[in-house]
Amino acid sequence: MTKAITVSGLHKSFGRTRALDGLDLEVEPGEVHGFLGPNGSGKSTTLRVLLGLLRADAGATQVLGRDPWADAVELHRRLAYVPGDVELWPNLTGGEAIDLLARLRGGLDGKRRAELVERFDLDPTKKGRAYSKGNRQKVAIVAALASDAELLLLDEPTAGLDPLMEVVFQDVIGEAKEAGRTVLLSSHILAQVEKLADRVSIIRLGRTVQSGTLGELRHLTRTTIEAETERPAAGLGDLPGVHGLQTLDEAGGRVRFAVDGSQVDGAVRKLTEFGIRSLISHPPTLEELMLRHYGSELAANGHRAKGHGTDGQRTDGQRTDGQRTDGDLR
Amino acid sequence: MTTATTAPEAPASVGQVAGGNALAGTRTLIRFALRRDRIRFPVWILALLLGTLMTANSFSTLYSDPQDRANAARSMGSPAGLAMSGPRHYLDDYAFGSMLAHQMLGFMAVLVGLMSVLIITRHTRAEEETGRAELVRSTVVGRHAHLAAALSVAVLANLALALLLAFGLAGLGMEGIDTAGSLLYGFGHAAVGLVFAAVSAVTVQLTAHTRGASGMALAVVGVAYVLRAAGDSGENAALSWLSPIGWVQRSYPYVDNRWWPLLLCLALAVACAAAGFALSTRRDVGAGLRPEKLGRPTASDALTTPLGFALRLHRGMLIGFGAGLFLMGAMYGSILGDAEDMLKDIDQIQEALDRIGGAGVAESFASMVMVVLTVVAAVYVVMAALRPRSEETAGRAEPLLATGLSRARWVGGHLAVAMGGGTVVLLLAGLGFGIAGAASTGDAGLLPDLVGAALAYAPALWVTVGVAVVLFGWFPQASQAAWIVPVYAFVVGYLGQILQFPGWMNNLSPFGHVPRLPAADMDWTPLLLLSLVAAGLVWLGLAGFRRRDLETK
Repeated sequence: MTKAITVSGLHKSFGRTRALDGLDLEVEPGEVHGFLGPNGSGKSTTLRVLLGLLRADAGATQVLGRDPWADAVELHRRLAYVPGDVELWPNLTGGEAIDLLARLRGGLDGKRRAELVERFDLDPTKKGRAYSKGNRQKVAIVAALASDAELLLLDEPTAGLDPLMEVVFQDVIGEAKEAGRTVLLSSHILAQVEKLADRVSIIRLGRTVQSGTLGELRHLTRTTIEAETERPAAGLGDLPGVHGLQTLDEAGGRVRFAVDGSQVDGAVRKLTEFGIRSLISHPPTLEELMLRHYGSELAANGHRAKGHGTDGQRTDGQRTDGQRTDGDLR
Repeated sequence: MTTATTAPEAPASVGQVAGGNALAGTRTLIRFALRRDRIRFPVWILALLLGTLMTANSFSTLYSDPQDRANAARSMGSPAGLAMSGPRHYLDDYAFGSMLAHQMLGFMAVLVGLMSVLIITRHTRAEEETGRAELVRSTVVGRHAHLAAALSVAVLANLALALLLAFGLAGLGMEGIDTAGSLLYGFGHAAVGLVFAAVSAVTVQLTAHTRGASGMALAVVGVAYVLRAAGDSGENAALSWLSPIGWVQRSYPYVDNRWWPLLLCLALAVACAAAGFALSTRRDVGAGLRPEKLGRPTASDALTTPLGFALRLHRGMLIGFGAGLFLMGAMYGSILGDAEDMLKDIDQIQEALDRIGGAGVAESFASMVMVVLTVVAAVYVVMAALRPRSEETAGRAEPLLATGLSRARWVGGHLAVAMGGGTVVLLLAGLGFGIAGAASTGDAGLLPDLVGAALAYAPALWVTVGVAVVLFGWFPQASQAAWIVPVYAFVVGYLGQILQFPGWMNNLSPFGHVPRLPAADMDWTPLLLLSLVAAGLVWLGLAGFRRRDLETK
């Protein structure tokens, strides 16, 4: 089966600004692919090249087996797009905009449209200028999902949605995936991608820095362990792969450290020697993955880059679904 | 608003401007506006200044002989001449100064009005519409600061223009252009500019949209010009006294030098500005006084075709220009009968017209009016043809072009409306002119002639669209340069007849190739060629747009 999207060595410059610098991306049919990167890393530019709105300077791009620049219109009938910054026509109602976009794409499912309008709690009789950012976003999402597109290109689609609507969005994307559609979801909101994506690609400065399933990526990073032992655990810091060891109380009975994925076994064995009372292990979050890739930038911005994953306030690994709001790394 | 309690932690500089009043921050906003317009203002002011100085200078070569000036006075004395210039009183002593004031003041008043309206809308409603005003207003900035700053900036621009005009003209040292008259001439511009600035201070309160606000204010400018044209050319001079442009012209610089009509302007400006401030307190930031209405929850079938969609976006402007041009044509048509009556006894005019080609007085007047009507239609056409560009920069083209709509069909919808709409607008202008003209002359045969004369300009409008498309396709950043076409057509077609430009300047404009019906004979060849040129330009422009990146936000 052909891939839904293949991009290799994509370059695109705007004047002297180099937006894409050899980007690679592969999306399998039927998967939800997370496309992660900080603002300005080239996510939107990539999507616009995939739509044939921008012409690549170099590199090979195929969408659903076709060239997005040459076959733009044909391709557009098979895909739907939600821009990151939705602009609507001030004197058209939201309902009119939905119908316009969906019908120009080649028709829409009236029943699904009505259902989506209901679920997203959208008033389709308001004029475009009267909508807030979140409501404009909903208009584009409804227009995209009310059609039978095989491929959904979503550029930070929930940027203006409130947490309740974000849950609705996640449900809707889940249903799209069940229906066999392919989704490319760009975001800098890590929790969202973590919940929805089968695989992720992380880009930085117009180049792909890592790509794979969440499991694969986690293996490459560190697990945070917080342990309480009967006796102070000595010699932990000497183990290979253990980083940022902190002692949390006077007696030394509580420790926290990060350990490389391949060295977890050794660290836990060591802890058992001191009689474990409690053990909490935090799986690496995408936030930590990102921190590893953007650590230098964050440090420059005054964040603590060193000792990431050991900062208790940042890695509240036991959080519950839909409550996390601290994903924006900017 | 905050009350004037003591705020020890506030920095002194802020406390100074704040004072807890509605004008807090005005001075900062004025400086900010001047910084934003550091190119725009000098360009406007220098263009107006140089246009005036060059015109005045050209008089000394064109009309060096007193006999030439007397002849000019006679030809300008026709209703058509007076409609295009100013009141008859200037003609009593047609020296360089009175000539300048007579021929330029009304025309310049429109341009100064345009400048002032754009200054106000740009710094008030446009700021609100984009949401920038909200950000600024959340700081230590008073409720009235934006409007006060915009008005102050308009005052500054108009005063600068007034002083430069006064000293520039006095500095020419031409006979009949003295310092006292030049001062009044310059400040006449400022007075009328302030009136229209204040008018737009009101219109920006009424609607939530920049386009609507400037459109309403420019409609007032247009009505003011039409009123004075009707008053100056016909029997009913009282009409001119309803127009601020008429007031300024009746200050008679270089002739009587009376300053008091400028006080009328000032009083009107103050009244309108006060109304603007008062109205602004009755609405929310970002909203207009007219409430937003709800609309259809679903789209009609017609809307979801490229053409139907483009038509919907252009609808308001098309109706506005159509109605405006119909009325403008009717206004000119209603004085067509006078033109014939008043001029047929004057031998010299008759001789001059005989030289043109034996056409009647009414026909020559009519062909001149056509130029004016066509230029207004060209303004519509350029605005319509540049719509795809504004859609693109606003980010609204992106979602559309990500659907099954091809680039060519998207632009094509807009172009079809621009070209078809331009033709309809011309037709309406010709109908208004023809119906009123036929009624005022009692010659029913004029109606088809005048409608035909108007429609003959359609291919030139299509070329104008073509120029805009080529710019859009290949040089999108320079799309606004398409405005050169109507501006040039106006300068050559309207002023060129007064200032006697050489023929090649006329040929540069697509409008210069259209036969001057009904005075001249019909000639199909140029119209066919213009249509071909238009088709070629559209093809070229679309080819460019297919090749380039879509500009995104």
